Amino acid sequence: MSAPNSSYDPVEVAALQPDALAAAIEAATAAFAAAADLEALKAARLAHLDKGAVAAARREIGALPPSAKAEAGKRVGAAMDAVRTAYEAREAHLQEQAAERILVEERVDVTVPTGRRPVGARHPVELTQERLMDIFVAQGWEVAEGPEVESEWMNFDALNLGKDHPARQMQDTFFVDPPDGGLVLRTQTSPIQIRTMLTRTPPIYVVAPGKVFRTDDLDATHTPVFHQIELLAVDKGLTMAHLRGSIDHFVRAMFGDVRTRVRASYFPFTEPSMETDFECFACLGAEAAVRGDCRTCGGSGWIELGGSGMVNRKVFTACGIDPDVYTGFAFGFGIERALQLRNGVGDMRDIVEGDVRFSGQFGMAV
Amino acid sequence: MRVPLSWLAELVDLAPGARGPAVAASLVGVGLEEEALHGGDVTGPLVVGRVLTIDEAVQKNGKTIRYCTVDVGEHGQRVTDGIPQEIVCGATNFVVGDLVVVVLPGAVLPGGFAISARKTYGRVSNGMICAEDELGLGEDHSGIIVLTDYLGAERSATLQPGDDAISLLGLDDEVLEVNVTPDRGYCFSMRGIAREYWHSQGSPAGGFRDPGAVGGIPPDTTTGYAVHLTDSAPIDGVPGCDRYVARIVRGVDPTAASPSWMAARLTQAGMRPISLAVDVTNYVMLLVGQPLHAFDLHTLSGSIVVRRATEGERLTTLDDVERSLHVEDLLITDGGREPLAIAGVMGGATSEVTASTTDILIEAAHFDPVTVARSSRRHRLTTEASKRFERGVDPQITAAAAQLAVDLLVEHGGGVADTGSTDVDLTHGRTAYALDPALPARLVGVPYSRERVVAILRDLGCAVQDDGDTVSVTPPSWRPDLVDGPDYAEEVARIDGYERIPSVLPTPTAGRGLTLSQLVRRIVATTLVGRGCTEVLTYPFVTADFGDTLGLPSDDPRRSAIRLANPLSDQAPLLRTSVIDSLVDALRRNVSRGQRDLALFEIGSVTRPVPGTAHTAPVPGVHERPDAATIDSIDAAVPPQPRHLGIVLAGDTERSGWWGKGRPADWADVVDLVRATASSLSLTVTAEPAQQAPWHPGRCARLSLADGTPLGYAGELHPAVLQRLGLPARTCAAEVSLEVLVAARETPAKQAPFSTRPVALTDVALTVPESVAAGEVERTLREAAGAHLEWVTLFDVYRGEQVGAEEKSLAFRMAFRAPDRTLRTDEVSGYRDLAVAAAAARFGAVQR
Ligand SMILES: [Zn+2]
Repeated sequence: MSAPNSSYDPVEVAALQPDALAAAIEAATAAFAAAADLEALKAARLAHLDKGAVAAARREIGALPPSAKAEAGKRVGAAMDAVRTAYEAREAHLQEQAAERILVEERVDVTVPTGRRPVGARHPVELTQERLMDIFVAQGWEVAEGPEVESEWMNFDALNLGKDHPARQMQDTFFVDPPDGGLVLRTQTSPIQIRTMLTRTPPIYVVAPGKVFRTDDLDATHTPVFHQIELLAVDKGLTMAHLRGSIDHFVRAMFGDVRTRVRASYFPFTEPSMETDFECFACLGAEAAVRGDCRTCGGSGWIELGGSGMVNRKVFTACGIDPDVYTGFAFGFGIERALQLRNGVGDMRDIVEGDVRFSGQFGMAV
Repeated sequence: MRVPLSWLAELVDLAPGARGPAVAASLVGVGLEEEALHGGDVTGPLVVGRVLTIDEAVQKNGKTIRYCTVDVGEHGQRVTDGIPQEIVCGATNFVVGDLVVVVLPGAVLPGGFAISARKTYGRVSNGMICAEDELGLGEDHSGIIVLTDYLGAERSATLQPGDDAISLLGLDDEVLEVNVTPDRGYCFSMRGIAREYWHSQGSPAGGFRDPGAVGGIPPDTTTGYAVHLTDSAPIDGVPGCDRYVARIVRGVDPTAASPSWMAARLTQAGMRPISLAVDVTNYVMLLVGQPLHAFDLHTLSGSIVVRRATEGERLTTLDDVERSLHVEDLLITDGGREPLAIAGVMGGATSEVTASTTDILIEAAHFDPVTVARSSRRHRLTTEASKRFERGVDPQITAAAAQLAVDLLVEHGGGVADTGSTDVDLTHGRTAYALDPALPARLVGVPYSRERVVAILRDLGCAVQDDGDTVSVTPPSWRPDLVDGPDYAEEVARIDGYERIPSVLPTPTAGRGLTLSQLVRRIVATTLVGRGCTEVLTYPFVTADFGDTLGLPSDDPRRSAIRLANPLSDQAPLLRTSVIDSLVDALRRNVSRGQRDLALFEIGSVTRPVPGTAHTAPVPGVHERPDAATIDSIDAAVPPQPRHLGIVLAGDTERSGWWGKGRPADWADVVDLVRATASSLSLTVTAEPAQQAPWHPGRCARLSLADGTPLGYAGELHPAVLQRLGLPARTCAAEVSLEVLVAARETPAKQAPFSTRPVALTDVALTVPESVAAGEVERTLREAAGAHLEWVTLFDVYRGEQVGAEEKSLAFRMAFRAPDRTLRTDEVSGYRDLAVAAAAARFGAVQR
């Protein structure tokens, strides 16, 4: 580099000539455009921006007389900007290209399986039970539970099922050894009613779910261990109309907008007693021919729901509730039956055998 | 109860044009549930035919086949050409000229069996000559029906070939099967069903013809057969027999057959015709609900004495079973000595009516329901008689039923009734009940008027007297179930129509939602499902040697299990004391079905009898609430049944796949599942080494809550246990108390403050003897590192050349954070050094 020279005419310096600068810009722009990738662009930058004609021209400015510096500096600065702009534009373009290429290169096959840690499943009996509980809890009922190994008094006697009652013989009961020890595996969830009435004072509105036991061998339609859910309401002024209202609500919540029909029945723990059928949700509204072949209802158009009735005065008496002051109703229903009806479970064995492929079909939803 | 519609129509006016479905619907309306509808499904042509020719030939298969021609009147398909119907028949019990039943092409037999002409044994058969079973008339398939035998010569004399056989044989009749609830014993009779149908039609005057209204019943005479009713041990103060009618018919033709209509009705009702005497007793029972017994008079030597059995007595009953009698059994005896029958259940073989019996003593008695029920149960003998007696038989139908039987024996057996008659009647009338006429409305929710209540009760046969305040109701003799106010309320609702009961939602008092226990179960289950576990529900029944299988020590309290007196299988008589006792069954079943990678859980109760406790519950009366002490002793007798969570893992917990190999489930996974469960309840769990069956002694963790409350155990199961159970190697399991989790969550979870300052991490590797538990080292570090330690975790375990043979190197990462400032590096180093010094002092740990 030369020292400042007051007599030096910048016009005389070839590198600072406007033509030369224009040519340098052109050469740089062409070189940048020719760079195919960021690597090549880096080389071009070295040749035309970091070094090269414009950079050399800038170095010449220092040797110019002060009077000439300003104008020459301006000219070189403009040239520098032009080259840098060209570089940056190309760099941005190439970076964008590279990013796009990476995204293409990183493509995977999303159709391959992903089940490294599969989720499990709840048992649909439990889910159905919970759903039923929730229907009544939403109305203000509370949940009550009781032991599965139960006293005979709670399971039978207090429910007006005396030792010689025909209904008591109809139930095939598991007795705890010794058989006269007064303990059984509960045959129904109704002893929870007794426990509830012994420990709470009316008004009582409880829903009682649980496991129950009968000495049936396991086959497609029977299981010795199954589940029931039971309602018990004890209050002043309750009638069979309230019983029917509760059942209707239950049916609608579980099976949709179907009608119910009721008829007289007999259960030792209720008097009057009632049996309820509901319209078959599966074939409701279908043509007669289709209804006749319906597998859900067997072609009758109606499905038997379960027994219910007004709490027998004797049951109240055994629990110390005044039957002249309070009335109450009770209603029981089989969970497995709900599952069979709502979810098309055909074989009871699937419910009890614990095959993961059974629960797995439901996840956490029934 | 099977109800032939033609029979029903004799007793009650059916609604005009009512067929089976309509009658069934009417009966359902009054509470008699339809079980099935039989018959009425035969369509013709089914006609009377006369056999014209028989051409018999033995076939290659050895069977004799008859090529017949049969005159079927104008139904003959080629009758205009003068050619009789050609039919091939496999039976040989008929001759030319016999009248038979012929089904012709186009007809449909029971079961939807459509008839068409078809080629059989080389010739076309244009129809079929029918046997009983093909027409649904019985089981007999030994030959075809020959009408002269089947209907009797008299009735068949009027028949012409071509006559319709559907109505002739009652095949147009429908039989309705209804379910009779235990309170309605009277509906085990045509009389009762007819009465109910009558009620369903509004009880129109004259519409019901009571078959129990029988004329000509003689009074009790001294010349009747002597009968003595005794009872040394009445049950609950009720005598075993309070009415006994004995009637004698002599000179009955032992070869006389029951009339075909009676046989047909018995068949329709599901009973087999046997002999005139037996058929008559069954027929009358079906008609009026009174079980009868027929004795061969000549087998009796003394008077009839009804008494309880004595110790050691035996009786061979009609089913040829010798039974040892119980002192509670009520017996019919010959002169007080030889037992003749178990009262109301079954007769004995010695006094049975036989093919040579000519003189018959008919017994119509009323027995105590409880006595009969107990005998029936004791001898495992449910008969048509016991079924009726234990549900209650009308004590005032006795004499009428005997008279009906006598009349039938006289009419069809040619017998002569003795003029002497015995009727020992110790029954007393029903007492009146003072019914509040507002009670039906109060219970049912339908505003029945006083007049409506009274009218309905009168229709039912009650004697009703309106006292102005209450109404005085005396129930009819056939309704032992009508006792209390609600019984009458149900009758009012039933006859008025259950369908009139409105639907009204009750308004419960505000509830408190699910209980904590239920919420905790849902949270636990949801957590485990999210972690890949599948919920199962197993039977709680386990084998008698489950304790040995699981390798439980001989004094382990879990060996103390409740035993069932009548298990479904002798293989599994005990109730589980841990959930995994039965959960392993589900695991094994899944494995046997080809599942390999399994994570199962169950939340369920286990039964833990208290050692030294008898677990015998008192059975107090029910006429009042038991006193507190009695309730307490019931509760104490019911064994504790805590809820447990059981988990089993087998196979891979992380599956293998295109991404690489799977990771087998190990002890740490099952411990972590319990930790995750606790964590979802805002609880922390600590683990310490434990030796607890059925787990691997070196791979079992005793789990506790932070406050030290024992929670349960988790780890890998003992290899020997796995082998005995037939489970995959390395199966892991956990069993924890759900009750502990629930109790720990009874107080709301509290939030602890946390710092937002930067965290300072520092690692430390400590060489310790192999025997030192990492958890212990970790706890020591945590305790010694000061208040600013946020967490510490083990992130590497090294064994090898750089440490001694019986040593391991544990690498911990420690995180420090102050609540109010950024910690300086030297502060952090200082805390770490304190922690390391404590580990060195306690375990001889050396920092690497
Ligand atoms: Zn349907």
